[in-house]
Amino acid sequence: MTPKFKAQAGTFESSDIMVLIEPVTEETGRQIDISSTVMLQFENDIKTTINQVLDELDIQDVHLIAKDKGALTPTIKARVEAAVKRSLGIQEGTM
Amino acid sequence: MLYIPGNNPAMIQQSGVYGCDAVLLDLEDAVALNQKDAARILVRNMLQTVEFYDTEVCVRVNNMHTPFGLADLEEIVPLQPDNIRFPKTETVQDVKDFMKEVRRIEKKHGIKNPTMTIHVMIETAKGVANVYDIANADSRIDAITIGGQDLTADMGIVKTPDGVGIDYARKRIVMAGKAYGLDVLDTVFADVNDEEGLREETEYIKKIGFAGKALINPRQVDVVHEVFNPTENEVRKAYRVYSEFIRNKNAGIGVFAIDGKMVDAPVVQRAITVLEYANIDLKEIEKSVAS
Repeated sequence: MTPKFKAQAGTFESSDIMVLIEPVTEETGRQIDISSTVMLQFENDIKTTINQVLDELDIQDVHLIAKDKGALTPTIKARVEAAVKRSLGIQEGTM
Repeated sequence: MLYIPGNNPAMIQQSGVYGCDAVLLDLEDAVALNQKDAARILVRNMLQTVEFYDTEVCVRVNNMHTPFGLADLEEIVPLQPDNIRFPKTETVQDVKDFMKEVRRIEKKHGIKNPTMTIHVMIETAKGVANVYDIANADSRIDAITIGGQDLTADMGIVKTPDGVGIDYARKRIVMAGKAYGLDVLDTVFADVNDEEGLREETEYIKKIGFAGKALINPRQVDVVHEVFNPTENEVRKAYRVYSEFIRNKNAGIGVFAIDGKMVDAPVVQRAITVLEYANIDLKEIEKSVAS
């Protein structure tokens, strides 16, 4: 599946992560840009978690921007899922 | 029971360490309309991964008459939190409709022996009027609670610190809960800076029969525990009453006296309640009497 709309989920609060999804043309692949307060220690873990959710939701082509404030794995997964579902038009939320 | 907004990961992940008896992960009033989807997913994930220790976990879903209620149930029921709270319950039919969906989802997920109990929340004048029937509407209901903010709004009155506007509702809901053996939980105290006001209200609701109170800030936990926890003197007295009760019961005596005062079944029941609040195992007392 390919995201149709710009969408976001999450907040800039501590222990949360803001995830922004931008649609891209098909066959572009995934572009994931992460900034985090725990970048040095956890960048790879955050990226792995994001990719895991994108795999589960069968999203191959997307530009995903993540601004992390120390979110735990279940929070990262939840925010990516919510943003993707909003971008697909499956559920409604902010933006 | 501490209310935790369902879209706040920091509070949810810490909720097992606040020292309260139970937390309520809220998908209803504490979540903005345009964040219902995100909160539902977050709470679902947190229930699967966060350690709540021995804190009981309740999830308040949205009412079934909203676009969110059924979607909440689809995500939360399969995870079987300790309890699920059904807000704005007004009629027996509301409970039946809600439980029909709960049971359908449990069946779909192969849950044959569900452990999750139901809390019904009374928040309208109609709900107060029907509360006796609601309390007895389903065998899985084990607690009933009053929502003071919505109830006063429904009644067209302002919730005052003395709680006079909801006093009739409180007492009617307590009596309905007691009639059917349910725990009865009180509404929130909204002013987190007014510790004395919280203490006074908690002392009052304890006197009229509530078993606990809803809280909106971890700072309120200690005050409510101080009011509900029995004093050392009360525990000692209850221990003595229950020990003597067991000793006399073993000797075939039903009514007896301690320090010249008659002890009968209601006195023993009150002693048991105190011991239960103090987390004292009655069986241990029975063993010590027997030995």
